[in-house]
Amino acid sequence: MKKLGTDMPRREFLENCSRALPPWLLVFSVVGSAESLVADEEGQYDASKHNYAMGVDIHRCIGCGRCADACKKENKVPLEPTFFRTWVERYIIPTSGEARVDSPNGGIDGFPEPQEDIDVLRTFFVPKLCNHCANPPCVQVCPVGATFESRDGVVLVDDSYCVGCRYCIQACPYGARYLHPEKKVADKCTFCYHRITKGLAPACVEVCPTQARIFGESGQQSSPLRHFLRFNDVSVLKPWLNTSPKVYYANADGEVR
Amino acid sequence: MNRLPRQLTPLLVIFVVAIGSLFVARHLLVPRTFGEYGHYRAAAVGEIAGQEFTYAGSLACADCHSDVYDLKQNSFHAGVACEVCHGPAKRHVDAPDEFVPEKPKGRGFCPLCHGYNPSRPSGFPQILPDVHNAGKACMTCHEPHNPTLPHPPEECSACHREIASKKMVSRHTNVACTVCHTVPPEHYQNPRLALAKKPLSKAVCGQCHASDASSSREIPRVDMTAHGGRYQCWDCHYPHYPEAIQ
Repeated sequence: MKKLGTDMPRREFLENCSRALPPWLLVFSVVGSAESLVADEEGQYDASKHNYAMGVDIHRCIGCGRCADACKKENKVPLEPTFFRTWVERYIIPTSGEARVDSPNGGIDGFPEPQEDIDVLRTFFVPKLCNHCANPPCVQVCPVGATFESRDGVVLVDDSYCVGCRYCIQACPYGARYLHPEKKVADKCTFCYHRITKGLAPACVEVCPTQARIFGESGQQSSPLRHFLRFNDVSVLKPWLNTSPKVYYANADGEVR
Repeated sequence: MNRLPRQLTPLLVIFVVAIGSLFVARHLLVPRTFGEYGHYRAAAVGEIAGQEFTYAGSLACADCHSDVYDLKQNSFHAGVACEVCHGPAKRHVDAPDEFVPEKPKGRGFCPLCHGYNPSRPSGFPQILPDVHNAGKACMTCHEPHNPTLPHPPEECSACHREIASKKMVSRHTNVACTVCHTVPPEHYQNPRLALAKKPLSKAVCGQCHASDASSSREIPRVDMTAHGGRYQCWDCHYPHYPEAIQ
């Protein structure tokens, strides 16, 4: 049997290899990567390269309701208290009995004093919004394909194609949808799709004074969301429904649902 | 050659027409870009992405208002974006002269974050809006871009902590102790040997509250000769806690 490596030292073998490599191959690979960079900088938005998600730190939320207020102003959501794309809930967990949850006008005007007849064990605020499920029930039930999951992981509603049948509102286990009273179509949080595709943060993330909301891309190592997911024990709402939500809650109490 | 049975010909025509009209209807009714990426209209993604936005983002503010921005970035409010308080400002960025963002005034806005609420995380600065300096606009004492807490006169509050904390939430918060009390310099070194003097006559209160005093207009006025008769002001009004007026 011929012994390998005896007639050609390793160093010589490597040198021969590098000589055999055509130099133009190297040039092409550099130019190729430069081209893709330029295309990105010119604002060629490629949806398939993104996968958006949001983190919510319940310990940081002060219930000021600025997120719900900004969302209404940014997305022209009707001002009546029943229509929200995002809202803040107050949980009051008594020493005995059921947890109480309220959200007067989504928290925009602040929260009144809690009733004094209960012994409060814990109380905290939970911001809520569309969970942009990876396995969305609302998309499954839409009969016309007006609600869909875009390639960057955002669940959107096609205004001009929605027939307003309300199936998706029924199907959403998080109550994150409503029927727009003027447009007569289903409406919901879009992660401010018109902002994030231009590199801006969603309005609710922009105005959150305590950084309770963290927005980013779950696939990108440099994203603040990855840091959030790495350093917090996160949970999702109603995991037993297998909807795979993309809104992750940190420090969520077992009572949060 | 076998001919088709006669009754099949009209059936065939009906089938061709039905299937043909189905294709025509499908062609007319299904949007052009439907199914390009999935069971939806691909053009809708671009339409949603093309919507106008109203919040410009705080970096847009820093371009022109760098002084205020730098002040804020080095204060407790560093994480609070400009548009949290000033409202959406994209219109202002586009046309700075035509549209000016709002400025929250009075006492309504700040308690949305800083009013006491048991559900807020502990450690977040909170006040009771009803007793904390009732009636005064927050901005009288606090600069929102650098909300370091205003200090009562340190030299007095070092010893008279209880009075200072009472006065701090009263309407007299901005009145220095020395406006009413005459303090000999030795008092700071040896307080019991040289006591600070309390006011002796109504005239001290009259400096601001007399009907002919030259103080700010918002300060309540009384006729010093008719009001209260032979009593001193502080027989009825405790000056360190003036909202306790009956």
